[in-house]
Amino acid sequence: MPTSISSGRAIVTIIGLDRVGIIAAVTGALAEANVNILDISQSVLREEVFTMIMMVDLAKARVPYEELSTRLKDIGRDLKVQVEVQREDIFKAMHRI
Amino acid sequence: MHSLRFSAEEIIETIDMVKVERLDIRTITIGISLLDCVSDGVGPLCERIYDKVTRVAANLTRTSRAIGAEFGIPIVNNRISVTPISLIAGRATPDDFVAIARTLDRAADELGIDFIGGFSAQVEKGMTTGAANLIAAIPQALAATKRVCSSVNIGTTKAGLNMDAVAMMGRTVKETAALTAEQGSIGCAKLVVFCNAVQDNPFMAGAFHGTGEPDCVVNVGISGPGVVLRALEQADHADFGALATLIKRMAFKITRAGELVGRTASERLGIPFGIVDLSLAPTPAKGDSVARILEAMGLERVGTHGTTAALALLNDAVKKGGAMASSHVGGLSGAFIPVSEDEGMIEAAENGDISLDKLEAMTSVCSVGLDMIVIPGDTPAETISAIIADEAAIGMINRKTTAVRVIPAVGRQAGDLVEFGGLLGHARVIPVNTRSSAKFVARGGRIPAPLQALNN
Repeated sequence: MPTSISSGRAIVTIIGLDRVGIIAAVTGALAEANVNILDISQSVLREEVFTMIMMVDLAKARVPYEELSTRLKDIGRDLKVQVEVQREDIFKAMHRI
Repeated sequence: MHSLRFSAEEIIETIDMVKVERLDIRTITIGISLLDCVSDGVGPLCERIYDKVTRVAANLTRTSRAIGAEFGIPIVNNRISVTPISLIAGRATPDDFVAIARTLDRAADELGIDFIGGFSAQVEKGMTTGAANLIAAIPQALAATKRVCSSVNIGTTKAGLNMDAVAMMGRTVKETAALTAEQGSIGCAKLVVFCNAVQDNPFMAGAFHGTGEPDCVVNVGISGPGVVLRALEQADHADFGALATLIKRMAFKITRAGELVGRTASERLGIPFGIVDLSLAPTPAKGDSVARILEAMGLERVGTHGTTAALALLNDAVKKGGAMASSHVGGLSGAFIPVSEDEGMIEAAENGDISLDKLEAMTSVCSVGLDMIVIPGDTPAETISAIIADEAAIGMINRKTTAVRVIPAVGRQAGDLVEFGGLLGHARVIPVNTRSSAKFVARGGRIPAPLQALNN
């Protein structure tokens, strides 16, 4: 059972039409918050829809979770893409037995 | 190098469940025992109730908001259930009980939660003075408060049906409707009459904190009809075995989300985790509908022939999938069919495609009962009692929870529209059988408990 509250890891998902500067803006915000990027994968799941998924480590983050989430969502709004940041546990709970 | 550990498809599926299919955690409900609030007089009792409820649940809404943001799943409601109030105020008068209801309302308001349940009594075999006084106070209590929910258990499989209480509850529903006539008789939306009520239900209006429960407990009610609907829409030619498998997979995933949220809330609030209620709870929002799931199985409109079988399959598959996903399943656990709260049901009622009789049949294979059904305002109390008796008989014989939450909307006729707002939704008035049940209801006494063998 997913009993541990948090591994300190989160998944950042960016979904939208591809355009210049998306990765730079998001990774910049993560670096500023001292959030380490553990892995990045990029794919085109549906036609022309750009999807980038990052696993990040929040253990040494310098800002609270909600603040980080707000910053990333603001960037998403500016660039007209959807940015989600969710603790890894939710994916483990739903997709792993 | 760390691997992502999840495929892009898995991650997008979870995000779509929330963004497109409206998956949410319907409620985090903290159950709170009030047995240690018992006092000499109603004044000190109310003080203790207010203090305990606001102390135990002080961090509920803040914690729930943070968890929702971190997991990316909205937690729609935060609620409280308490010990049935009749048990902690055995000497209270009806006026005292109204004062207690106001106290609960004030505590809920202070906490910023929408409902607090447990203005309740269990009278399946007989009625104490306290229980009788609480029931007498229900209409006034529900009219004088916004957030208090009430329930009365009038029967169990082990005890049979208390028909004196059934007769009384018909009148109570009518009085509650009359006292809230100007708001579409909304008081009745906060009143549930149960058979085989459960002790750990997190869903309103029937939630209360049973006497076998710990001092405080966190229970979670999940939702997600939209997730199941989307899956079925993509399986147009699947046979029933394949349909059931698909529903089980989805139920598993959404229940795991509920389990994670419940355990996280429990740890952060410092309150033990109780159960996940495996329910498909609809809302009036488009696509968030149990009725549409039944229609996606191939029925032109919910309510037509085949509806009961479709619902039986759905309900069972939800339980099978969910049971494996959670260490403790409880509450009501099944598909809910509240008419005014389900977009597909609202439409079926609008067009006269679903009848009270069909709804009754459906409740024999699903959770929970005749729920949020608006009936004509001139329906006699005896007829409402008879509706309660029929529904309770289904629960008693089938060893399951059944409930009645009907709203005899004052001044409204069959076909009129009644609007409650928010999650309570809106609905057309459904006609009832106008032949009298008065003599039957007036007999009084108890319907004996049924045999538990020779099951046919």
